[in-house]
Amino acid sequence: MSRAETRRPVRTPSPLWTFGLLRSELSITFRRWRTLALLGVLAAVPVLVGVAVKIETSDGSSFGGGGGGGEGPAFISQISNNGLFLVFTALAATLPFFLPMAVGVVAGDAIAGEASAGTLRYLLVAPAGRTRLLLTKYATVIAFCLAATLVVAVSALVVGALLFPVGDLITISGTRIGYAEGLGRAFLIALVVAASLVGVAALGLFVSTLTGSGIAAMATTVGLLITVQILDQIPQLDALQPYFFSHYWLSFADLMREPVYWDDLTRNLGLQALYAAVFGSAAWARFSAKDITA
Amino acid sequence: MAEPAATKRERPERTEPPGRSEHRERGSVEDAVIATRGLTKRYRGGQLAVDGLDLTVPAGSVFGFLGPNGSGKTTTIRMLMGLIEPTSGTARVLGRPMPREARAVLPGVGALIEGPALYGFLSGRDNLLRYDAADPGADPRTRRERVAEALDRVGLSAAAGKKAKAYSLGMKQRLGLAAALLQPRHLLVLDEPTNGLDPQGMREIRTLVRELASDGTTVFLSSHLLDEIEQVCTHAAVMAQGRLITQGPVADLSAGARGRLVVTTPDVADAARVLKEQGAGDVVVAEDRVTAEPPDRDLADVNTALVTAGVRVRGFAVERASLEDAFVALTGEGFDVAG
Ligand SMILES: Nc1ncnc2c1ncn2[C@@H]1O[C@H](COP(=O)(O)OP(=O)(O)OP(=O)(O)O)[C@@H](O)[C@H]1O
Ligand SMILES: [Mg+2]
Repeated sequence: MSRAETRRPVRTPSPLWTFGLLRSELSITFRRWRTLALLGVLAAVPVLVGVAVKIETSDGSSFGGGGGGGEGPAFISQISNNGLFLVFTALAATLPFFLPMAVGVVAGDAIAGEASAGTLRYLLVAPAGRTRLLLTKYATVIAFCLAATLVVAVSALVVGALLFPVGDLITISGTRIGYAEGLGRAFLIALVVAASLVGVAALGLFVSTLTGSGIAAMATTVGLLITVQILDQIPQLDALQPYFFSHYWLSFADLMREPVYWDDLTRNLGLQALYAAVFGSAAWARFSAKDITA
Repeated sequence: MAEPAATKRERPERTEPPGRSEHRERGSVEDAVIATRGLTKRYRGGQLAVDGLDLTVPAGSVFGFLGPNGSGKTTTIRMLMGLIEPTSGTARVLGRPMPREARAVLPGVGALIEGPALYGFLSGRDNLLRYDAADPGADPRTRRERVAEALDRVGLSAAAGKKAKAYSLGMKQRLGLAAALLQPRHLLVLDEPTNGLDPQGMREIRTLVRELASDGTTVFLSSHLLDEIEQVCTHAAVMAQGRLITQGPVADLSAGARGRLVVTTPDVADAARVLKEQGAGDVVVAEDRVTAEPPDRDLADVNTALVTAGVRVRGFAVERASLEDAFVALTGEGFDVAG
């Protein structure tokens, strides 16, 4: 010990060293087989949709006849004209369930998974610091939201370009925009979709601080997600529905209007921020006072 | 209390840990590395796991924390490490209150708590890199080097690239120890460190503990293996059912229990009778040995009495009391789990 000390004089810690934990967290999250499997499933969705549309429209007819109901799937009938629409379709198809489920798994496991493995106590005596650890975990879950959304978008972009023609596209309002601007909008939409997951991420992190079992936390978060999605469909609850984190999710389609219709988009982002603040604080209050006995 | 520790930590030119050799023999409260007052933990279920603990661990000691299963050793360690909040009482580690100043205290403490915990999907080396990254005070430029050193120290260098889930219990235990040794520490808290180790591994741990202690690190070692404590510890404390029964230098503790008189003879019946006549208590006969509590008279006279009575004495000795005897003498019972 003293040998080591004389050889290596103690340096004053740099404030930058604190991000070592974030780096480590990001690298172990994205190296995990489970994370890669989730991203793989998400990448497969656009492939399935693209191939299905290709087969359906190979005789020259347009897809779906009467057209899908709802805002999202409305894009689907456009795919055979322009591959870029596969991006919007794939995001609309994964946002209600696949994406938030993947986020729920990663967020739910964030603290509870470490607790059930027992590694949490060693991180805390390292000492990681409870607030720092929680912030790092939340930042990593947000990074996963972004990565998951981009995986869907990029996969859809590639599949769309391979299977269908690309070029100028027609907005929902009927105006024509160039392919470059279309790409820009697609990227913006991906960002909005990623931001739509911030609320679920905070909720999952809070659930994660409540239990010592990673599986229980993941199941609870995904269960809550499904429950909220179902309640959002029940007309009698329309007074409550504007407060459900998923209520304005499909508002991202408004970015494809000309001019962009901002009302629901801002409501969505505001609601996500509210969820992040409320459940983020709850997670902090719980975690900073919690007895770590696992 | 423990001001010296605090002031030394603030003087960076002084690299040695607080209160080493010059204080080692004193063991007073002032230079205690761990000092608790009335430390109590009642779990939410109502279980009183630790009850009014007044523990003082002198700087530079190798301190054995002894007690049967469920006596509250791990609970105490968790409170000392700031993992759980005491129900009442206070704990100071390295001179600072815990858990309030955990961020200042813990970088100087290496800990192995209730067995190792590892990321099974990471290699041994990557596990250590992760734990080291968790400490915001650990220099990333020396990280790999320090990890390699720690692996070497516990004899895991060859298995460092293997996934931790493929480690044997003893290898996991060694990796856990390596994590505690990533930085120079003032205090090492080891909760049953030899659990799962082979005899060779146990010997290595003992050597390691002695080596660290000679460098001035205070080692706090919990165990229910009495001979382990006896072999390496300078001080010990004994817990039973959440309460501290005794603490002090190991020599004092085993001196507290009187040794046993052992007579080896083929004439065990006669020997037992004579010993009783001579005032020996608790006479136990076993094959060719009679053991008893020595009477309060010159043992030479006892031996003469045996020989005079025609007992053929092969051996006549007082066996030194072991810590186990001390424990039984203290608790009046065996080393069993309380309900
Ligand atoms: N999380 C918990 N919730 C409730 N009771 C607990 C909890 N952890 C431990 N206990 C109880 O507290 C008491 C002390 O347990 P502790 O783990 O501190 O014992 P120990 O001395 O470390 O035992 P061992 O030698 O088996 O490791 C036991 O009676 C145990 O049942
Ligand atoms: Mg224990």
